[in-house]
Amino acid sequence: MPKATMILDAAAMERALMRIAHEIAERNVNGAEVALVGIHRGGVFLARRLAGMLSGILSLTVPVGSMDVGMHRDDLDRQPAPTLQPTVIPFDVTGKTVILVDDVLFSGRTTRAALDAIMDLGRPKRIQLAVLIDRGHRELPIKADFIGKNVPTSLDERIFVRFREEGGTDEVTLEKDGGA
Amino acid sequence: MSWNRKHLLDIQSLTADEIMTVLDTARAFKAVGERAIKKVPALRGKTVVNLFVEPSTRTRISFELAAQRLTADVINFNSEASSLKKGETLKDTARNLEALNADIIVMRHNASGAPHFLARFLRASVVNAGDGAHEHPTQALLDAFTVREKKGKIAGLNVTILGDILYSRVARSNIWALTKLGANVTLCGPATLVPKVFEQMGCRVTYNVEEAIAGADIINLLRIQHERQRKTMFPSIGEYASLFGLTQARLARAKPDALIMHPGPINRGVEIDSQIADSGRSVILDQVTNGLAVRMAVLFLINGGKGPQEVAA
Repeated sequence: MPKATMILDAAAMERALMRIAHEIAERNVNGAEVALVGIHRGGVFLARRLAGMLSGILSLTVPVGSMDVGMHRDDLDRQPAPTLQPTVIPFDVTGKTVILVDDVLFSGRTTRAALDAIMDLGRPKRIQLAVLIDRGHRELPIKADFIGKNVPTSLDERIFVRFREEGGTDEVTLEKDGGA
Repeated sequence: MSWNRKHLLDIQSLTADEIMTVLDTARAFKAVGERAIKKVPALRGKTVVNLFVEPSTRTRISFELAAQRLTADVINFNSEASSLKKGETLKDTARNLEALNADIIVMRHNASGAPHFLARFLRASVVNAGDGAHEHPTQALLDAFTVREKKGKIAGLNVTILGDILYSRVARSNIWALTKLGANVTLCGPATLVPKVFEQMGCRVTYNVEEAIAGADIINLLRIQHERQRKTMFPSIGEYASLFGLTQARLARAKPDALIMHPGPINRGVEIDSQIADSGRSVILDQVTNGLAVRMAVLFLINGGKGPQEVAA
């Protein structure tokens, strides 16, 4: 059995998200321009929570959408077709500061796909990136604007993010690949 | 939920899970069609050939647009103005298309099993866009998608398919899909066009149109396929219309929220009353919109994952 190391427990995850929400508010003076887009799957839960926190901080309703980047991936003919969820962006991205939200930033390829997908929906004023975990090993020149926790990893390790929305408790763990 | 097939040849060999994977994937692609930029790069650099040995307009246009919205390059190959007219065999035609490095061949043919034949020796993926009276898998998938979208489910619904069943590949594919997904299927039409043998596919067969429509959630009307009938299977169009055409009086026997479907092209005044075709009960144009989304999903799914074991299969 691979050994799991706790990276964030539920309380630490909540504090990290609250700090990110405050940083987003601090960085974006015009809060009315801010909109969040969560990347399937984990990013969608995080974006909804961040939108709730931000709405409280800014005293306005921050719009939130969800995006599946499967159609924009660069490895579509290298593995079985991914299961796609509908992309639901209930606002016009043009002129907005769109904050992409993902759970783990790794190679940067998912972010690249999300940038292209957003551009197909309109012309945002700017795009920022918020991630819960940055585990390094970037393969593209992509950097997060808001980071919950930096976690140095080796390539044979995996990050697992679990959400209360899926029936369990919030936690982030680091596990060695079992060689499975 | 996953998809590991290289080809889409028929519905008969699909599992209920695979059918649901296509329907779920199509939901994501339907949203793409509603945007200002109706295009995604999923099949960028891929070549799709529409090899239509039998004439077709709406299915070809739907596949063509689906491929374009996935950013594939599309070639349309029509039998009317092609080497097939000059005596080339289907196998040689397909090999020539493959020599152009086609990745996906979408095929319509008047012979049942023609796409299966191609799939046996081609490296490219093959999508059946209708083979003889055998199957028309993407039509059944778009019909199932439309039913699920409008009714929220498929299992347990009463679906009546009315018309020319014998010569209809749409009927066969629909029967496979609907029974796999748990719907109750009733077939009705002239006895010459609805053989009792269809009961072996798990359907109810009746020749009484009032009985067939009673309690239906969905009425799927099929056109009389004159071009496929070798001899006249019923006395006249007028008699067909009076005995089996969907009229307001007959529709009243269905459930109050029953929906009318038709794969098109419709013949007003024959299988369907003109007012019904234009009413809110008709989802015929939704089927056209959904057909595009479903075909994008199919092309997307078969393009994925060409591992060695799948190429061998």
